[in-house]
Formats: sequence, C-alpha cells, structure tokens
Amino acid sequence: MSLAIAATAAALFGLGTYLLLQRQLSRLIIGIGLIGNGANLVILSSAGGRGEPAFLDGGPTDGLADPLPQALILTAIVISFGAIAFLLALAFRGWSLTGSDDVEDDVEDRLVATRGGTSGDVIDAAASESGDSDESPR
Amino acid sequence: MNSAALLSLPVAGPIFAAGASVLFVRSPKTQRIIGLVTLSGLLALGIALVIQADDGGRVVTQAGGWPAPLGITLMADRFGAAMLATSALMLLAVLVYAVGERGAERSRAFHPTYLLLASGVAMSLLAGDLFNLFVAFEVMLSSSYLLLTLGGDEDQTRRGTTYVVISLVAATLFLTVLGLLYAATGTVNMADLAVRLRELPPGTRDAFRMALFAVFGIKAALFPLFFWLPDSYPTAPSPITAVFAGLLTKVGIFAIIRTQTLFRPGETAIDTIILVIAGLTMVIGVLGAIAQDDVKRILSFHIVSQVGYMVMGLGFFTVAGLTAAVIYTLNQVLLKTTLLLVGGSIEHLEGTGRLSLVGAMARRAPVLAVCFGLGAASLAGLPPFTGFVAKLGLIEAGFAHGAWWVTGVSIAVSALTLFSMTKIWAGAFWGLPDQHHVPARPGQRLPFLMASPVVVLTAVMLVASIMAGPIVAYAQRAASDLLDPQIMITEVLREARP
Repeated sequence: MSLAIAATAAALFGLGTYLLLQRQLSRLIIGIGLIGNGANLVILSSAGGRGEPAFLDGGPTDGLADPLPQALILTAIVISFGAIAFLLALAFRGWSLTGSDDVEDDVEDRLVATRGGTSGDVIDAAASESGDSDESPR
Repeated sequence: MNSAALLSLPVAGPIFAAGASVLFVRSPKTQRIIGLVTLSGLLALGIALVIQADDGGRVVTQAGGWPAPLGITLMADRFGAAMLATSALMLLAVLVYAVGERGAERSRAFHPTYLLLASGVAMSLLAGDLFNLFVAFEVMLSSSYLLLTLGGDEDQTRRGTTYVVISLVAATLFLTVLGLLYAATGTVNMADLAVRLRELPPGTRDAFRMALFAVFGIKAALFPLFFWLPDSYPTAPSPITAVFAGLLTKVGIFAIIRTQTLFRPGETAIDTIILVIAGLTMVIGVLGAIAQDDVKRILSFHIVSQVGYMVMGLGFFTVAGLTAAVIYTLNQVLLKTTLLLVGGSIEHLEGTGRLSLVGAMARRAPVLAVCFGLGAASLAGLPPFTGFVAKLGLIEAGFAHGAWWVTGVSIAVSALTLFSMTKIWAGAFWGLPDQHHVPARPGQRLPFLMASPVVVLTAVMLVASIMAGPIVAYAQRAASDLLDPQIMITEVLREARP
C-alpha cells in the first residue's frame, strides 16, 4: 500500500468522522462524502500498486493492474452518489419545513428522560411544540 | 426448474416487476395486481428453494457464466431458503394490509419501491459474494429510505435523516472492510474467503470477523449500535414499520450468522464477545421498552431485545444453539410483523397508539385482541407457541454450553418481556380510554383487508407451533450445514479450481 494513498485515506476518514459528529446536516453530508472517498481509496490501494490498463487483447497478462477493485469502486461511487443525492434532497426538505439545518433531539427520548412519559399534559405540550403530526387524528 | 432459474428469479423477478409497476403508474389497480402476483411468485419460489435445498443441503449457481470466485455466486442453504420463503410470505401479507388501509400507499412510488425492497431482501439472502451482499444491502436500504420518507412530513424527514445517515455510515464501513479483506486475501467470494482467511494470522482474521460483526451489528441493531432503530421505525406508516421490524434487522442477523459461521476457524475469544453483546442487547432493549408509552415504540424496543436472543444462539456455535437461532429468526420475521400490524391497526382505529389514551380495544376489535394475545404470548416465550420452542432450545443449548450467565439473563429478559406485553394488553385492550381522547374512526370496524393478513399470519404461527417437530428437525439440518460450511465451500468452488 502506497504511503501517500494510505495517508490520504486516513486524513479523509479523520475529517469525515469529525464532520459526522457535527449537528448541522450539511456538514454531516460532507462528512459522509469524505469517508466514502476514504473507503474507495482503501479499495484502490488493495489492488496492490500500479500496472498496465487491464484490457485483454490477446496480449500477455503480466503487469496488468488488478481490474476488480476498480470495478468495485465504480459500483460504490454510483451507489454513494445516489444515496448522497437522496440525503441532500431530504436535508432540503427538512430545511424548507423547519427553516433549520440542525439534527434535532427525539421528542419521545426527551419525554422519557424527564420522566414525563405517562403524563398527558407533558405529551400534549411536547407534541404541540414539535408539531408532531402523528398526534392529530388522520 | 433448474437451480440457476430458482436462484436468479427471486432477485430479477421483483426488479422487472418494479419496472412494470412504474409503467402503470396511472393505474393503482394494475400496480396492486403486479405487486400481489410478484410476491406470490416469490413465495412459491421460496418454497421451491426450501424443498430443493432440503434435498441436497444447498443450491448454487454462478451468475453470468463465470466460475467462482470471479463470477457472482448465488447460493441458498437450508437457512437462507427458509428465510426467503418466510420473508416472501410476510411481504405478501403486509402488501395486502397496505392495500386495505386507505392512504397507506401514500404515493404512486409505493409499489415499485416495495418490489425493489423485496428484490434487495432476496439478493441479500442468496448472495454468495460479499460485494454482492453490499450491493444487495444498498438496494434494500435505498428502497427503505424511500418507503420511510414517502409522506415527506416534518417528523418523517427528521427521523428519516437519522436513519439514512446511520445506514450510509454502516455501508461505508462495510466497503472499507471489503477493501481491506480484498487486500489481505485477494477475493470477495464468501466461499473463497472462508478458505483463504484460514491462511491469515489469527489476529488479522479475528479483526476481520469483529469488523464484519460490527458492520452487520448496525443493521441488526445490536447493543451499542441500536439507538437509531426505535427513533426511526415508528414514524413510518404501519405497514412499512411492520416490514422493517420483521425483515431488515433479521437480514442483518442472517448476514451475521452467515459470515461468522463461514469465517470461524474454531473456538476463539470472539465467541464470548458475541455472547456478552447478545446479553447486553437483550437487557437494554427490554428496559427501553418498559420505559415507553406508545405501542409502536414499545414494540420497536422489543425488536432490539429479541435480536439479542438470535445472536446468543449464534454465540454458542453448537448445533443446538444455532437450531434455536434459526427457529427464533424465522419466527420473529412473522411475529414482529403481526404485532406491529396490530399496533398499526390500533392507530388506524384510534388515531394514536398511546397506552395512556387508548383503551377497551378488546371490546372494539376482538379479533385484534386475540391475535395480539397469541403473538405476545409467543414473544414472551409461553408454551405452546413457536416462541417457546425457540426459547427452550436456546436455554437448553445455553446450559449445555455452560454459559449459565447469559442464559440466566435471557430468562430474566423473558419475564420482563411478558411484563411489557401485559402493559400493552392492559393499556390498550383492557381498561378505559382517556376521557378526553377522541378516536379517529369512532364506531368503525377494521377493514377486511387489514384484518385478514393479521389473522393469516397468526394462523401460520399457530400451525407452526403444532408442526414444531418437523420444523425443529429442518432447523437442526440447517444448523449442521451452517456449522460445517465445507460442503458449501466445495460446491461453490467446484468449477473454480480444477
């Protein structure tokens, strides 16, 4: 494994993890993109060094680069592209609904944490505060 | 039918059907027919696979004509085939329920996405290649992202975001582990990996096994990686929650059982780690459930708790333990779905699943009450239900293995599960509703199409408890297959190394 690639992958993982721990969704998405690329670099380095392009034209097969990791990375890139696009759409939807980019706490968790889980008043208050649509009759 | 068709149709069929469903986007009726026919076909294929796998112990094909380890291997052993048949039955039942609950389909994208989910699940269960398993997980999870957030309201967006982020992080970790595995062994085919991992130093091998355990542990919602599940599942519409609860975590468990048995060289310290994680998952899950007040949230925490039992059965690595784990997993697919469909039906009738608000459901919907009562008894492990058969097997295997501590924990958690189930029973089915509570649909009865899947699933579970003998025998054969992967490895690699 080339030191440069390994160091780059490590840096991408480190930065990505830092961004994943942030509260803003936009940073979180960038973090996912970074660790995704880190993972792709790890796969790339698993091919074991550089080589000739892997085109078999009846010629000799020695010195060809291992094509399998490249195929794996291609698949992984396509998948993560789709997933991140969806996540961005979701983040935009959340932003246009709430006007905020922050990942919020879970209302039910907060209720349990304050031991208000069985009191109707607290539930109503929390529900109206969060605009919980499940509470209103459909 | 030959094995190539039997193995590729469950994967390809639903994908083509999803495409057809997109074409008929203007006709909900046609979409429903396509969905129901496809899933019935999937059920038939699953049963055919069970019969064929039980005949020879395994069904293997190499897609694309390339021999393993280059080609994409599809394989079904007894456990995988049984999981496929059970999942197909459950997907079919939930689709009927979703058709019956007006508004549950929510969007024209529902049917195509649901079929893609079915395809992803089938591919995950039949994958014989770790990278193919990654792709299958992504197909399954991408569909689940969409199903979870189809409504697009604020709550679903918020919780959907958590779910998508966690799943993506898990997928990236999986990818990284795959890259490292390829660097260490030069293959991603499971059978080939099982052979080559034996040549690695024990430390490296154990690190890979733990990494895979953690990756699939996120999907299976094991302690301490479960926190996303009770947060995201209950917001979806009831049929979707039921599918997720019954299926997605169990597919994670399936992947754990598949990889850990295949890559296990013999007794290692990892066995103990798995048992400790299993015990913690059971305890934390059930304690979380007891603290909740909403039916769907209580049941979601029980998903976590029950996952611990399946992993415990795996952790013994004995035929008895794995037999119990196999029965437990298959039973949970149907059981969790049924219970969450009951929870969804309560929400449908009353507009909420809060125990402090609803009440007297036993009078309003006696059929639901009976189905819930039977299901809850099975979940808690009361005789004579399948849940009891599985739990008894687990406990016997635990004591035979000498792991008295985790077995003791599992018995205590069973008692707590029973407590939690009686809480739902007393809160929702007995007692009086809150005096300020106004039901969403006063005086209405549950539509036939919503009630019948619940009844059918309950009936299947009852029949399964009567037929416990043959089922246990089948699970024993499945468990010995899992513990002796050499047959499968030879079969997959037969053409590869002449």
